[in-house]
Amino acid sequence: MTLPVVKGTSYVLVHTPDMILHYGTTCAQEHEANPQSELLKKVPQHIRSFEETVKYAPNQAYIGNILPDELANLPKPWYSNPMENAAAEGKMGEIVDQDEFYLTLKLSDAFDLVMLEKSFLAGLKEKAATKPMYTEKELAKIKEGYELSEIEASLAEGAEPLLRDHKVVGCIKAAHNKDKNLTAHIMVENLVSKASGVIALKNLIYRSKIAPESIEYVIECSEEACGDMNQRGGGNFAKAICENAGAVGATGSDTRGFCAAPTHALIIAAALVKAGVYKSVAVVAGGATAKLGMNARDHVNKGLPILEDCLGAFAVLVTEDDGVSPVFRTDVVGRHTVGTGSAPQAVMESLITKPLDAAGIKLTEIDKFSVEMQNPEITEPAGAGDVPLANYKMIAALGAKRGDIDKADMMNFIKKHGMPGFAPTQGHIPSGVPFVGAAREMIMNGAIERAMIVGKGSLFLGRMTNQFDGVSIVVEKNPGNAAAGEVVSKEEIKNMVAEAMKDFAAFLLSGK
Amino acid sequence: MDLENQKRVLDLSEKHGKENVVVVIGTSEAESAGLTAETVTAGDPTFAGPLAGVSLGLAVYHIFELKDAVDAGVYDEQCGMMEMVLDVDAINSEVKSIRDQYSQFK
Repeated sequence: MTLPVVKGTSYVLVHTPDMILHYGTTCAQEHEANPQSELLKKVPQHIRSFEETVKYAPNQAYIGNILPDELANLPKPWYSNPMENAAAEGKMGEIVDQDEFYLTLKLSDAFDLVMLEKSFLAGLKEKAATKPMYTEKELAKIKEGYELSEIEASLAEGAEPLLRDHKVVGCIKAAHNKDKNLTAHIMVENLVSKASGVIALKNLIYRSKIAPESIEYVIECSEEACGDMNQRGGGNFAKAICENAGAVGATGSDTRGFCAAPTHALIIAAALVKAGVYKSVAVVAGGATAKLGMNARDHVNKGLPILEDCLGAFAVLVTEDDGVSPVFRTDVVGRHTVGTGSAPQAVMESLITKPLDAAGIKLTEIDKFSVEMQNPEITEPAGAGDVPLANYKMIAALGAKRGDIDKADMMNFIKKHGMPGFAPTQGHIPSGVPFVGAAREMIMNGAIERAMIVGKGSLFLGRMTNQFDGVSIVVEKNPGNAAAGEVVSKEEIKNMVAEAMKDFAAFLLSGK
Repeated sequence: MDLENQKRVLDLSEKHGKENVVVVIGTSEAESAGLTAETVTAGDPTFAGPLAGVSLGLAVYHIFELKDAVDAGVYDEQCGMMEMVLDVDAINSEVKSIRDQYSQFK
């Protein structure tokens, strides 16, 4: 049986400054309740440029240009200490600007719902043609854009606007005139999730240097739901993303579980590969417009830039053993069960110590824990604290209670086995999965042996259960014996047969 | 404090009487503990929920303040780890100060 390995990862941020005011729930709700509010007037002054977003250190960590640990050595606050040598292109992904994203929205639009202004669209196409991520064939499919008057007419009928510097450059129409699940607003959310997922999957294919058709299955794990009035969450984002990313050899399905979904998806992907059902499975998720500027009120009140100005997306490729890539230990999986309860201690035991104890791995043998990796600069001004640090403190306290580490050594443990948070607060995006790429890099260059990916989710937000949820899996150095166990060449078989025949002949000649 | 919880607190205090309701909070930060305590005593400081402008003056405690009132084994199992992690003194003093100012039932 093969070992499932992390063959590649991609991490993408999409800078969408004009979507904060219109599609982020905080600003949208404010607009509905109090359109003349001070907050809405102040928001535009707190929006960052694309360049500022690129130079923001946590974003550089997210796309793989620096390791998360390096953030600890950079001056804080990160938002007022830009990284001057930063690039939008990353080792593991990229930061995409809003213009390019609008083009990807159009490319992802199978039902002619996205209208972009003629000259704006022509400019976008020209720019995209220079990037390796876009094929001539797909760009040729885009028809001519629309006159502004046509877009304005659609807006008057209820379409949702696509803005650039607060000016209309396009819109997204409702997909049905009566169906509440196909309204213009829902189509925006779903197309944004799909399009950012497409960028992540294209990056994964491009950066892993694989043929797009080699992917056999895709698991999409965002937090959106697509379907019509008869099946609100019918799906299937995964296949829609495959189609646009050129993964023609794949089908797929959607896995949901709030912020825990990406780790659920990684475990499922690893299991499918290990069982031999598929040789190559990609886990992918796009971002959420609703969470743009979620803490804008606090950021504005405290004089900060609005730091939630990017959609997050990622993709992870899980394949059969290649003998070098880090391995998912499907035998070291933690899960929060219905009976676990909601006490923090019980939660941490179920996700961290229980699976490690069962596998005979010490807490201190996990070199890095990837928990809820939210960037603390986003959450602290809103009174939510440093979320990853709180998680590391809980792991350390659990270790101290059990006697795995000395109570006096808790802070050292946190420093060594943790890392600063760096991911955007896009729900499922920061949960466990942002470190998989860095873990792969650190394991392969020998910096660490083993990491634990922990995903947690707040299921109660859906009002179906008061349950919390979480799962975890260990990823570790490849033992490097894929060839020995799995592959024997024709030549080797010939030699083995010849050797046996020789032995047999010697046996006969000896007359014994 | 989310709007749904504000409504639940309001409904419970109307049903059982304000003097018969004690709010026990379990938030992990002093600031959010204080805001929650303020919401159920003086009213919603963000003026967004059902308790905006409604001063219930309820008795309110953080679970850390009630350590001695809880069975030691249960407390250790449910709160022991978090007690090691959080700033217990800051949380307790924040909630106490709000309670001293606005609670009518101490």
